[in-house]
Amino acid sequence: MLGVLDASTLDLLAYSPPGWGATLLRGLWNSVLIATGAYALGLLIGTAGAYGKLYGSPLVKDLLSVYTTVVRAVPELVLILILYFAVTDAVNQIILAFGGNRIEISGVVAGIAVLGVVQGAYATEVLRGAILAVPTGQIEAAKAMGMPAGLLARRITLPLMLSFAIPGLANLWLVATKDTALLAVVGFAELTQATRQAASTTKAFFTFYAAAGVLYLVLSIASTMMFARIEIWARRGQRRTEG
Amino acid sequence: MLKELLIPRRIAMMAIAAILLGLCFVYGRWDWLLVPKYQKLMLTGFWNTLSLLVITMVLGMALAIPLGLAQAVGPWYLARPAQAFCGLVRGTPLLLQLFLLYYGIGSLFPSIPGIRESIFWPILRDAWYFAVLGLSLSVAGYEGEVMRGAFKGVPHGQLEAAKAMGMPRLTLFRRIWLPQALHRVLPTLGGETVLQLKATPLVAMITVTDIYAVSSRVRAETLIVYEPLLMLALVYLAITGMIVALFTWFERRLPSRTA
Repeated sequence: MLGVLDASTLDLLAYSPPGWGATLLRGLWNSVLIATGAYALGLLIGTAGAYGKLYGSPLVKDLLSVYTTVVRAVPELVLILILYFAVTDAVNQIILAFGGNRIEISGVVAGIAVLGVVQGAYATEVLRGAILAVPTGQIEAAKAMGMPAGLLARRITLPLMLSFAIPGLANLWLVATKDTALLAVVGFAELTQATRQAASTTKAFFTFYAAAGVLYLVLSIASTMMFARIEIWARRGQRRTEG
Repeated sequence: MLKELLIPRRIAMMAIAAILLGLCFVYGRWDWLLVPKYQKLMLTGFWNTLSLLVITMVLGMALAIPLGLAQAVGPWYLARPAQAFCGLVRGTPLLLQLFLLYYGIGSLFPSIPGIRESIFWPILRDAWYFAVLGLSLSVAGYEGEVMRGAFKGVPHGQLEAAKAMGMPRLTLFRRIWLPQALHRVLPTLGGETVLQLKATPLVAMITVTDIYAVSSRVRAETLIVYEPLLMLALVYLAITGMIVALFTWFERRLPSRTA
């Protein structure tokens, strides 16, 4: 096994052109870019969805539960394919209807949109649970003081629920980074696809897949450490429950 | 249950859904469903998906129990490797793990002299076994973490009582510790099985013919874009429904005391 990892294949990981290091790092950058965008979009959808599920009209609640149930029951791979074709098709139909020309939607934008819709369903559930965990007395007190709904959300509900939501949101971020690998299926040059290209060109399959694994692992360990700090920050002012 | 569904707005929603489905059916192209070749393929694919799910859940859980135990109460030389394994599995995408196993490690085998003549060669060449291995290790990694919490969550008094009665350690584990831990993870396990179902289509990327691979083949051969994907989504929705129903039934059968 070690014979395959000898100097000849490790040279292929070098940064400059005979090596494929730059390609892999560009793939990693694309993955992080898409994960960040999709995560942000997912949080937006999730916040709106959580409020809709808790305080919306019965119809809104029903529609949202259809959305979260379907998205969470169908494999991401299938959703990505359906949404990818549907989104690009729909955009082109609209453009054609207004007399424009068919356009090619960039992989980054499509990836962010598709993964964002998937993330939104999970974020809705995480944030809904977190909002429910906020002591009702706090919200009632703010309402009793005549605080408008927007200000109440910004000053009371959202900051208080953050500490309950962080563990779930940290998980979601890790899911987002790993789900970007699925975009390899639609041919987008994120880390897994870049690795696949490099590996099949050089035939050093083991070296490249192991290297990509290390990159993903570094990303997830760094993210876990970052979220641990964010959680400490979100819990500032709370009484510690140890001892 | 039925009463909740028969509210006017829900009836209206169901009607709209039915109309949409009907439109898909009338205006979509479904003639490929009648082709005997595809029917046969779909049955094979469906069967492969289901058996992959069941086999890997069973194998994965069998691995997850020692992994969880090692992390919860094991000495450091067992706990650390178990933690590292779980971190490794949970920190990298499953698709990459499958590629690493099938193309990466699989490409190393032929360089071992004499392996092509050995009786293991048909197994080492078959993507199916790599898929089973990859998915089982994935279950083991995620459930190992879940089982760690479950083993730790069993009330200490239960274990002390058993010890005080002079129960041997293995019997204690078999009769008290494991059943209570499993009882605790049952609700989680239902969700994890659904997650595992959603992970199975990835095996199509390493050439296993599951239901997803069949739909991709239909799409490639007939150039139909959406209909096979819709069929696929419906199949997965149906299997998810079955898993949820199975676990609800299972949970109801087990006695549980709620305060």
